[in-house]
Amino acid sequence: MGFNLAFYFSLFAVIALVLVPLVGAGAGLHVIFGIVIPYLAGFTFLAGLIYRIVKWARTPVPYRIPTTCGQNKSLPWIKRSLRDKLENPENTIYAIGRMALEVLLFRSLFRNLRTELRPWREYPEGGRLIFWSTKWLWLGAIAFHYSFLTVLSRHLKFFTEPVPFFVPLLESADSFLQIYMPAVYMSGIALLAALIYLLGRRIVDPKLHYISLASDYFPLFLILGIGISGVLMRYFLKVDIVAVKELAMGLATFHPKVPEGIGVIFYIHLFLVSTLLAYFPFSKLVHMAGVFFSMTRNMASNNRAIRHVNPWEYPVKVFSYMDQEDMYRKQMKTAGIPLERDIEE
Amino acid sequence: MSEVPKPEELIKKNYSPPEKPWMETKPEFREGRFCNAANPKWLETLDYPYARSWSVTDEDWNLPENWKDIVLENMHDRLNRFRSLRLFFDICVRCGACADKCHFFIGSGDPKNMPVLRAELLRSVYRRYHTVAGKLLGKLAGARELTEDVLKEWFYYLYQCTECRRCSVFCPYGIDMAELTILGRELLSSVGINTEWIMASVGSCYKTGNHIGAPPHAFKDMIDFFCDECEEVTGVRPRPSFNRKGAEILFIAPSGDYFADPGTYTFMGYLLLFDYLDLDYTISGYASEGGNFGYFISHEMGKRLNYKIYSEAKRLGVKWILGGECGHMWRVLNQHMDTWNGPADFLEEPVSPITGTRFENAKSTRTVHICEFTADLIKGNKLKLDKNRNDHIALTYHDSCNPARAMGILEEPRYIIRNVCNNFYEMPENTIRENTFCCGSGSGLNADEFLEVRMRGGLPRANAVRYVHEKHGVNHLGCICAIDRAILPPLLEYWGIDVELTGIHEMVANALVFPGEKKKTVDLRDRTLKGVKSEEIEEEE
Amino acid sequence: MVDKSNKVINALKETGFFKPRKIYDGGKVIVGIIILFALVAFPLLYNMGKAAKVPDPKVNTPEIQKLPEKERVCVEPKKYMTENHMKLLNDWRDWVVREGSRDYIGFTKKKYTMSLQNTCLECHSNYDNFCNECHKYAGITPYCWSCHVEKPEEWAAGKLKEEK
Repeated sequence: MGFNLAFYFSLFAVIALVLVPLVGAGAGLHVIFGIVIPYLAGFTFLAGLIYRIVKWARTPVPYRIPTTCGQNKSLPWIKRSLRDKLENPENTIYAIGRMALEVLLFRSLFRNLRTELRPWREYPEGGRLIFWSTKWLWLGAIAFHYSFLTVLSRHLKFFTEPVPFFVPLLESADSFLQIYMPAVYMSGIALLAALIYLLGRRIVDPKLHYISLASDYFPLFLILGIGISGVLMRYFLKVDIVAVKELAMGLATFHPKVPEGIGVIFYIHLFLVSTLLAYFPFSKLVHMAGVFFSMTRNMASNNRAIRHVNPWEYPVKVFSYMDQEDMYRKQMKTAGIPLERDIEE
Repeated sequence: MSEVPKPEELIKKNYSPPEKPWMETKPEFREGRFCNAANPKWLETLDYPYARSWSVTDEDWNLPENWKDIVLENMHDRLNRFRSLRLFFDICVRCGACADKCHFFIGSGDPKNMPVLRAELLRSVYRRYHTVAGKLLGKLAGARELTEDVLKEWFYYLYQCTECRRCSVFCPYGIDMAELTILGRELLSSVGINTEWIMASVGSCYKTGNHIGAPPHAFKDMIDFFCDECEEVTGVRPRPSFNRKGAEILFIAPSGDYFADPGTYTFMGYLLLFDYLDLDYTISGYASEGGNFGYFISHEMGKRLNYKIYSEAKRLGVKWILGGECGHMWRVLNQHMDTWNGPADFLEEPVSPITGTRFENAKSTRTVHICEFTADLIKGNKLKLDKNRNDHIALTYHDSCNPARAMGILEEPRYIIRNVCNNFYEMPENTIRENTFCCGSGSGLNADEFLEVRMRGGLPRANAVRYVHEKHGVNHLGCICAIDRAILPPLLEYWGIDVELTGIHEMVANALVFPGEKKKTVDLRDRTLKGVKSEEIEEEE
Repeated sequence: MVDKSNKVINALKETGFFKPRKIYDGGKVIVGIIILFALVAFPLLYNMGKAAKVPDPKVNTPEIQKLPEKERVCVEPKKYMTENHMKLLNDWRDWVVREGSRDYIGFTKKKYTMSLQNTCLECHSNYDNFCNECHKYAGITPYCWSCHVEKPEEWAAGKLKEEK
């Protein structure tokens, strides 16, 4: 399995992104890397995301096209399980439930099947299809997203003073194994493991390798870079954590300042995070916001009960009944089909 | 009809994609793998642009000079009108969950038949002209110029998607390839690229009322013929009316049900059922098509054909509309008709005249699926049914894509089946209900010249049928889709599976016990019922 | 020849669709954007109106002040201690408990006994103004005190009194 341009481009792009702060912050440009770039990135993230959301929102949803994955609400005595109601929602409440399942539990990914065409001598054509339930992608995706969320939430301790109650709770739950010093966070391991899985399947699975673009590898390498620099900082290349928090608090309260003496590994971490933030709205990562807009999931399937209005529906050219009758009046009369306008004798 | 390789050849395939990146490979327009170009006369009939003679295998497709501008302008326009298009372009992460869900990919191993890559064919052009990264980085950002080769590739692969939405079920963001296919085909139509099979159906439907081009009087002839058939087999002669004003119900069926066997038996089933109920209904020679091939090429053409149904209901002054067994017809009736041509304020909220049941779920569209109608009749004990009359049938049920994934009508047909048939066996669960596999010939791909791809696409369905056929001795495949009934027989025959197709209402009519009827010895197809001795038949004769 | 392909677009222009385009599902979208904003701005909102006090660990305990100015250094340089004291303490614990050695040579070649209570806290007897000053700020709960002194605050107070 050969790697391709997309793979190498992404890998080297992230390596280059590591070198930038290594040189820059190493040369003392701390204001640039500690204040200017993070602010620009944060602004780009928020503004970019809102821009994308507004762009979608300015485009109408002309038709109500939910993909139905369960029994429709029809006759009252036809039994519908909760699953049917959630996967073929008859109203907004259930549609919200469907979205919640999708966003929080990745419902659709959980359905995943693996299709295999297996040699089968009993069948004349010599092959048979088998469908396996396969949850690996779901597991990898859940592990990635939830560990990322946990890591992100833990970082709140750098941005808040006093630290809100849930952060220490989360931390102690996350480190309850108490291995190593400082205690290893399971979310960190899960994040790296999930990233390696997600990257690995793009390399190993020929189908995925074939469809993967640079924009698929790049975020994986970038987040891997963020994760590795974070792990290095916490466990190996120590930095002055109080100074880091001073910087973070300065950013969060709009009183930015750069305390002296923070190790360059911190600036690498921060620069990669800034890159991710700025890159986010303009990449496939916008699926975070986009999933909420998905019309095959977020609409109630009550098409026949409540009319959906398309704002741009325009009149079309049609062939009317009278057009048809004019064409076939004689034959219709012979056939005994009633007419609107009889043949004039 | 083109030569199709033998099943054992067809099944030998390699799911590993080629070494060459996908942007560098071109489709090979080989016999059996494309639908023929449309005859210009249909385009003229329909007022469609760039009517001209051309052939798919030509190097030069004779495109208008400024074809690129036209396609791009149309893409831009669709991006502004369909949130789905922009969103589905933007949020795909290429996770690959959809890849092996597509029957065309399973049957062909062609990587561009993975829904993700089929969408990427369009998406790459979107990136080039609508995203900064695509404009700057080009290929590296997954963007590419719109060229004639790209356009040909669109044609090849967008006409290898049956809009069945199976991929959409598995997509974590619900990206719907059917939506992209319809809009992509709209772009192709904008420069005069259409297929003969679809345009002939649409053109005929537009002028005569149905895809098969039967004008009202010919249509009436066909139905009258079914009445003769019914009388011959059951002794009961149905009394349908045509274009009758003041009827309570307008009945709409797909043309497939009166065009060819075995759909015709389903139509006979409808007629017998309505006669049994003494239903106050009428059939229209103007709105004589339930199906809508227009929907396969554009939303606008879908609307133009669909217009007939409401306008005819209004002209005839009926109270509500009853729709027959058809797949994409119900996608349109369920998800589009009301928006396109509604509101149907000239109709009344549908109430079954037999049971008094109010169909609350259809209170706006005022259009009821016949399976809902019949299930309600059975539940209300209004039908005298003798299940044993279907004992010669061991049935499995194929959920047609659109009723399953654009409507969710899963239980009604099964309820009817259980009440009219003693031997019912489900196919494996990953191939039914919302996971159902397409017949491989939906969305206007049921052209004869396209047989190889159709047989490939039908592999998963055929395979599941073979499973129940061998395990339970299933000999009939039931479905509620006219295209299924038309194309599954050749598919099953190709794969060597001895299973026949039947509509659900054919089964209903078989089981229906008419008051004072003569002793039943044969079913609608004139086949001897189980338990009937040959002497009995001779006696009658 | 009339360009038929743009028929649709022209029909739409007549309906005014391309004029000022509005936001569809505006309510839901705005709620979504507000939630996004709230999440991103959580730290800002949370810290609003509170001056972030920068910790200033005190090294002015009587024990330190007793030392001549030149000898007021820790076992390792200050920068190293700030970043790595937790690692050092962890190593000390391992060496003492697992290997039984007690001697540590500091960066000034001075010999120390590896002991949190008897060496570190001898000088840094001001738990509140030293250890906790930063730990509290940075939201860190070290597990030193789960073995050593159960209530470091009280212990430190007693120690201070004693020294005075």
